[in-house]
Amino acid sequence: MNSMLELLQQPWPWYVAGPLIGLTVPALLLIGNKALGISSSLRHVCAACVPAGIPFLTYNWRAEIWNLVFVLGVALGGFIGYQLMGHPEIINISPETINDLKTELHLTDFSGLLPRELFSLDNLANWKGWFFLVFGGFLVGFGTRYAGGCTSGHAISGLSNLQWVSLVAVIGFFAGGLLMTWVVYPMLF
Amino acid sequence: MKYFKYLVLGTLFGIILTKSEVISWFRIQEMFRFQAFHMYGVIGSAIVVGMISIQLIKRNRLKSISGEEIKLADKKFNHGIWIGGFIFGLGWAITGACPGPLFAQLGSGVGAAAVMILAALAGTWTYSALREKLPY
Repeated sequence: MNSMLELLQQPWPWYVAGPLIGLTVPALLLIGNKALGISSSLRHVCAACVPAGIPFLTYNWRAEIWNLVFVLGVALGGFIGYQLMGHPEIINISPETINDLKTELHLTDFSGLLPRELFSLDNLANWKGWFFLVFGGFLVGFGTRYAGGCTSGHAISGLSNLQWVSLVAVIGFFAGGLLMTWVVYPMLF
Repeated sequence: MKYFKYLVLGTLFGIILTKSEVISWFRIQEMFRFQAFHMYGVIGSAIVVGMISIQLIKRNRLKSISGEEIKLADKKFNHGIWIGGFIFGLGWAITGACPGPLFAQLGSGVGAAAVMILAALAGTWTYSALREKLPY
């Protein structure tokens, strides 16, 4: 029992986490006939707080409260999973990635979930903070809604249901991600 | 109370995302640089398990616990799918997080996630306001 607890506190391998994420799809369908999709929550918050007469934000968002509750759970899960279930000081990423990030992005601190040198709130005083926190977040919110879904709605839920449209979306996700990583990052740093 | 089950499932989902480290910017960089199998393994096995589950639900005509017929809407193509997908991809590589991980990061105690979520809300709002003028 103790070793089971210790095992749960270690980072979970892909072959444990992936299937569990996959099971969330049928679980949501069975408990409430709901399709997994997280980015919709952003739209519901906009509709609830600042609809401003915009047609796309004028709908009965109260019918989608389940989605907001699910997302609240995800945040709670982040707290439990990170603060209560243990975490490594430095995530065990590939040495090649560390080397690339050191040479290309001049990172020195690899502790935590994301690099403090880029994501510290103090960075909002310079371009880095605005680029990584504000511009990046903006593109995530704009792009997911324009595409009609994110990694959960298109990649997991959509591809699980054999939707070719979702494959187009996922190819788009990767095209954007690869361009940013391989072309834009080297120009910025 | 009728929402409690979604809170439980969302919490489990958040724990899985966190414990598998897919909410880490470092893991997303590793993925876009093709330097580890981890992210591909997580996403790939999630899709395989999801696919098998949906096939089982469809073939056995399973109903939800409230007795409803389970319906999955087909997604329709429009040009926003790839244009928006591309824009999200740029943001994914910058923030190192898609929407789910942003919420999990916030819960884990990353203050920057609050700023990114606010910016994402601004992005969604801006999209909504410009929707009629965008190419589809």
